[in-house]
Amino acid sequence: MLTLTTFFQSTFLRSLYRKKFAFAALIILITTAAAGAGSAFIVPYDPLAINPAERLLPPNTSYFFGTDNFGRDIFSRIIYGAQATYIAGIGVVLFSLIGGVVCGLLSAYFARVGLVLMRAVDIILGFPPLLLALALIAILDRSLVNTVIAVGATYMATTARIVYGLSLKIIAQTYVESAKALGASHTRILYSHILPNLISPLIVQMTFIFAFAQLQIASLDFLGLGLPPEIPSWGNMLSEAKIYITRAPWLLWFPGGMIVLTVLSLNILGDFMRDKLDPKFRNEV
Amino acid sequence: MLAFTCQRTISMVFSMFAASLLVFSFIHLIPGDPASVMLGDQATPEEIAALQTKLGFNQPLHQQYVLWLQKVLQGDFGESVFFQTPVLEIIQQNSEASLLLALFSFILILLIGIPVGILCATYYNTKIDQTASAVTIFLASAPTFWVGLYLIYIFAVQLGWLPTSGYPPLAETQSIESFKYLILPALTLAFPNSALIIRLVRSSMLDNLKEDFVRTARAKGISNFDIYFKHVFRCAVLTVITALGFTFVALVSGAVVTETVFSLPGMGRLIVQSVLRRDYPVIQGIILVVVLIYLLINFFVDVLYTYLDPRIKLQ
Repeated sequence: MLTLTTFFQSTFLRSLYRKKFAFAALIILITTAAAGAGSAFIVPYDPLAINPAERLLPPNTSYFFGTDNFGRDIFSRIIYGAQATYIAGIGVVLFSLIGGVVCGLLSAYFARVGLVLMRAVDIILGFPPLLLALALIAILDRSLVNTVIAVGATYMATTARIVYGLSLKIIAQTYVESAKALGASHTRILYSHILPNLISPLIVQMTFIFAFAQLQIASLDFLGLGLPPEIPSWGNMLSEAKIYITRAPWLLWFPGGMIVLTVLSLNILGDFMRDKLDPKFRNEV
Repeated sequence: MLAFTCQRTISMVFSMFAASLLVFSFIHLIPGDPASVMLGDQATPEEIAALQTKLGFNQPLHQQYVLWLQKVLQGDFGESVFFQTPVLEIIQQNSEASLLLALFSFILILLIGIPVGILCATYYNTKIDQTASAVTIFLASAPTFWVGLYLIYIFAVQLGWLPTSGYPPLAETQSIESFKYLILPALTLAFPNSALIIRLVRSSMLDNLKEDFVRTARAKGISNFDIYFKHVFRCAVLTVITALGFTFVALVSGAVVTETVFSLPGMGRLIVQSVLRRDYPVIQGIILVVVLIYLLINFFVDVLYTYLDPRIKLQ
């Protein structure tokens, strides 16, 4: 089984070059993430500055992507939107990863814990994801953290179920048995015998969760129930743009295009990594 | 077969019970006092106390649950705080658009998904297969509402072929004129969701093509067409059936967004508006109805599957 370092050094990067698409996807993701991280230094205008004199301008030389209904520069807002998208997306990934791994591992290792936790997971997965998110948003308020929780709840349950299934198989292996016979503690077995074997399937899984989460967050933003309206996320931009669809169609082009581009990149990258890292895993899920 | 059905029924009843517990506790998870949250800032203490009594909040929790469950089983889902009418009535009023939308998009999903999936498997690894795969991965990556807005822009605004939004109920128009309003929403819902069916049909056909019975059929000299449609496709249909539950979930999530984009008076738009209005009884009612339908669908899929494919003994 691969550990994180060997996997980055050896087969991964080389085969990545071979697959041009996956490489292009990775470049797109890195570029958008970097743009989001350095947004404060890149943007030509303040993404929140209102300028009524120049509202709804089509793309031109001073405003590359045009301006919106408040005269705000769309290019600057797109760059800031990358930041919001990545923070929320990575938030969901971390939330579901940590929660899912802890739940799944403990359930697989301690059968009694598993009996309770896995039933809870079953119940959560009985709710359609967006509906569960809406219910959670109804209880919690509209904020970045709550959006992450609302969207992440379902993916935490999916991750827990996958980790549970994989861990059960690993626990049945003889090397775990021999570690136990040698007197290894629970923590040692979980941390150095089971967890490393979960890394590559989880990397694939997290890429897809990132993609789904982005669509889900954008949907919530669009419904007016996601990130607070003052955050210039791509979903919020589309939400405001919908009434100007006839007068200013470019308001739809750029934020929508960016969502498609990043989600598409994540899906391509996920597909590629699944084929490369985990030919077995593909048949199981 | 009978034993399995019984076993599956028991497990479904258990799931329904568990789901009902979660849906019930939903109102009690609201931070602070639910009654004052629902009524807003302007409510007087008397109004809050009245709503508390009406919703039974001043009783012990387990009694509240039993009472609530009794009412739900009798079809009493409580009363909307916003409309002041029974929740079930509101759900019924909003169900027509949702059900028709789900039906139309489901038919469309099958009409797009199955033929394209077969085509991809037949022309495996050719230009046709690769193009179809690229299109499906693109459609699965586009947000539903964005596709919907573009369909409105092209077909309703630019070409003027179809209405932009809204939906007059069948009882009002008395004609198929109402269906015109559902064409664009159904397409919006069907495009991204047919991607899953395409992939499933394609991969299960490819799997089945490797089976021994296909080789035997080939050896007997059966034509390619008959092999694909009489042998392989039948097996692929089974896989599509297992995806019914998943498709339902995708349709529900998609309908919430699509109904909002097209202003359809359906359950999806209703739940979004109810969240914005903090109308908790309505949210609770819709979630309960949807989860029950989902559990029933999964139940029928499982039973149907064991019936159609006796090789498989599900646990």
